[in-house]
Amino acid sequence: MTWFAIGSMKDIPRRGARCVQTPQGRIAVFRTADDQIFAIEDQCPHKGGPLSQGLVHGAAVTCPLHNWVISLETGKALGADEGAVRTIPVNVEGERLFIALDAIADKAA
Amino acid sequence: MTEKLVIIGNGMAPGRMLEHLFEQAPGRYAVTIFNAEPRVNYDRIMLSPVLSGEKSYEEIVIHGDRWYVDNAVTLYKGHRIIAIDPVAKTVTSDHGVTEGYDRLVIATGSVPFIIPVPGNNLPGVLTYRDLDDVHAMLLAAQSRAKAVVIGGGLLGLEAAAGLNARGMDVTVLHVMPTLMERQLDPAAGYLLQKAVEERGIKVITKANTQAIIGDPRVEGVALADGSVVPASLVVMAVGIRPNAALARDAGLAVNRGIVVDDAMRTSDPDILAIGECAEVGGQVYGLVAPLYEMARVAASRLAGDDTAAFVHADTPTKLKVTGIDLFSLGDFADGDDRQEIVLRDASAGVYKRLVLKDNRIIGTVLYGETADGAWFNDLKKKQTDISEMRDTLIFGQAYQGGAPLDPMAAVAALPDDAEICGCNGVCKGKITGAIAGKGLTSLDDVRAHTKASASCGSCTGLVEQLMVLTLGDSYNPAAVQPMCSCTSLGHDDVRRLIKAKGLKTIPAVMQELEWKTSCGCAKCRPALNYYLVCDWPDEYADDYQSRFVNERVHANIQKDGTYSVVPRMWGGMTSARELRAIADVVDKFAIPAVKVTGGQRIDMLGIRKEDLPAVWADLGAAGFVSGHAYAKGLRTVKTCVGSDWCRFGTQDSTGLGIRIEKFMWGSWTPAKVKMAVSGCPRNCAEATCKDVGVICVDSGFEIHFAGAAGLDIKGTEVLGLVRTEDEALEVIVALTQMYREQARYHERIYKWAKRVGIAEIKRQTLDDRERRRGYFDRFVFSQRFAQVDPWSERVSGKDKHEFKPMATVGYAAAAE
Repeated sequence: MTWFAIGSMKDIPRRGARCVQTPQGRIAVFRTADDQIFAIEDQCPHKGGPLSQGLVHGAAVTCPLHNWVISLETGKALGADEGAVRTIPVNVEGERLFIALDAIADKAA
Repeated sequence: MTEKLVIIGNGMAPGRMLEHLFEQAPGRYAVTIFNAEPRVNYDRIMLSPVLSGEKSYEEIVIHGDRWYVDNAVTLYKGHRIIAIDPVAKTVTSDHGVTEGYDRLVIATGSVPFIIPVPGNNLPGVLTYRDLDDVHAMLLAAQSRAKAVVIGGGLLGLEAAAGLNARGMDVTVLHVMPTLMERQLDPAAGYLLQKAVEERGIKVITKANTQAIIGDPRVEGVALADGSVVPASLVVMAVGIRPNAALARDAGLAVNRGIVVDDAMRTSDPDILAIGECAEVGGQVYGLVAPLYEMARVAASRLAGDDTAAFVHADTPTKLKVTGIDLFSLGDFADGDDRQEIVLRDASAGVYKRLVLKDNRIIGTVLYGETADGAWFNDLKKKQTDISEMRDTLIFGQAYQGGAPLDPMAAVAALPDDAEICGCNGVCKGKITGAIAGKGLTSLDDVRAHTKASASCGSCTGLVEQLMVLTLGDSYNPAAVQPMCSCTSLGHDDVRRLIKAKGLKTIPAVMQELEWKTSCGCAKCRPALNYYLVCDWPDEYADDYQSRFVNERVHANIQKDGTYSVVPRMWGGMTSARELRAIADVVDKFAIPAVKVTGGQRIDMLGIRKEDLPAVWADLGAAGFVSGHAYAKGLRTVKTCVGSDWCRFGTQDSTGLGIRIEKFMWGSWTPAKVKMAVSGCPRNCAEATCKDVGVICVDSGFEIHFAGAAGLDIKGTEVLGLVRTEDEALEVIVALTQMYREQARYHERIYKWAKRVGIAEIKRQTLDDRERRRGYFDRFVFSQRFAQVDPWSERVSGKDKHEFKPMATVGYAAAAE
């Protein structure tokens, strides 16, 4: 597992998200109203919608395509829907944000 | 033989440490203190009451001169230590005194953080840290002039309240959207702001200080938005940092603060550090409880107890401003594995929130009623399982143990003269009497006849219980569909209350209307944002994060995550120049699909989000603006060629269509609005299935509305015939404004019209001239703030972050 610096907490609006491009695909990094940071795969388990574009409420996001609600903590669909996205470990050091990627080097090499 | 103990700093932590030490090991040390301040130890927490005039300096002194004499402590007042020599084991002061030590305690506290902006050293710019600062502020306050406090945290608000109490005109600038955001969630932050403002203190949030201006002394603070807040006194209270420079110079390990272990030992075992300058377990502290804990540990260690160790504990935060009660403790972030219990009592100004995890309290925010803070703190500390008392937990300790109250029985037990509706002074007997005597069966009837719950609506629950009591099972209270699971109120009630109570922000709505969640959901937030935009066009700041992605990036998201872009073609008219510009954009950005829409314009599909600003820049250069094809707002005005070309045309339908579109573009509406103008009854523009349509005839303009051609198919209703184009425009605008003000979010015009009644809409927007004009004027006013092309705004850099990835990682690492 490798930690990558991705920028500062201030780069993400509260109740919003930004994307990070990685060799493993796009990752959505969320900042909640109370400054918690979460990272998940930017792909809804339903039809692949970009979750980073969704509406953030509490510790969940509503997918912009068909309104699935995904928990930012577990990556699981909430409510009646079933499915999950991968969650990515996040570390917050002061304002600076880091995400951990698995064995990316091996994969990309 | 006594050992020599030297202490640098004479604040609250070393004072407390010495009290413990003299108790545990009397006579063991000869103590010398160097205090950079020329005075004894005083209670720094009480500086705010000194500033506000509620206390004097003498009242906040902890240890008077006598104490130092009694305990044989040598106190050097006004001596700043400038060097520590850990090898020779000496310290030297700025007055040249050098003193040897066996054990040294560094307690240099913290220094205020000075924001690095031009003018931060002008005369009249102060910090808020010690008694000298307070004296300087009191001197400035004698002028009764304007003061600015930068920082809306604990210290800043206390400073603001103090200066306000001394007669100054105070403005608080806070960079975050809500006050004390580290300790309070947004709802409590909102309440706090309200309370602060009620005292006559102005609060500007999201205020980014650019510079402090003035010559030769401070005259004001310039903000990033270009505005200037005038002030003859500026107090910086944006935070503190550990004062660790001395330790760093002496070669001790320093991170954010002076690094100590849980025995308060620095990297040199003979030197201890305590208080705000110390960093233990990676944390630095600013509240008094952990600092006293450090003092206790250091004293025990100095007394020879090798077991004493510092343990982190969450400390409650309280604001010391008379009349404002707030309490916050622990972790109150949302989370999947967490539940929250929220109690809001808008009329009493009370907000309470408990955050639970595994049936245990992990966080508490109390506002307005903080008496149970200690009890909640205790439950949290002891990790008490609260599942048994969960239902009544939030009501506090006094409610525990008794039999749970049946709300119905409680209402039944009320005497007939008990007041139910405080706003309108309606008692129980009047309501039950009206229900029985007049045969009322619905809440609306009761409101109409008695006025009970017709104003603020907070007694609606009580009135409904009275209806159940009086009518029995024949009353069905569940007639109103709540907006979403965050509230029990329906859309109409929410809209009515926003106006009635003058609610102007989303946190205000959620607090005053007692929302059940802390930050809403994807259903209620966009609706509330629209209602506020509509009702307070000049005052409300659009909440970007409460808009659906299409309205945030001003394009239509497609199934693969790309976007489509539709520029406006006024009335469906275009030109060679416009078409050429579109063709160039399609080529340049390799746009995969181009389609003519049903609304007489051109859709470019499959554009990558990153390309949107560049696409708009090129379209904008050709004169295009956004077509709002994504908006709950005015979409298109479809036209036929009318009397300009058509041999049957009776009026200039194209011209009227363009005029309507140019007048109304940019307006937000509850749901999308599509219009059309046909030049004759053959109706080539298909105006009779639109939200609003016009059929031109020889004698004038027939105005239609409430058509549908989507999920439902419905021909329009005729509103009426008007003679002139001007009148047609006024009626259409008035109709749209009435719809904007009354409809529920997502409700198209035809559904709204069915609910309100065709006749009523006709009466208000066609027949009643005065009302019509009122609607028209309100629309025109709102357009002043709405008619801004969102594309050109974004080409100029607005919301830049939206269109770029935050980072690209992993690729470079692989190459290494």
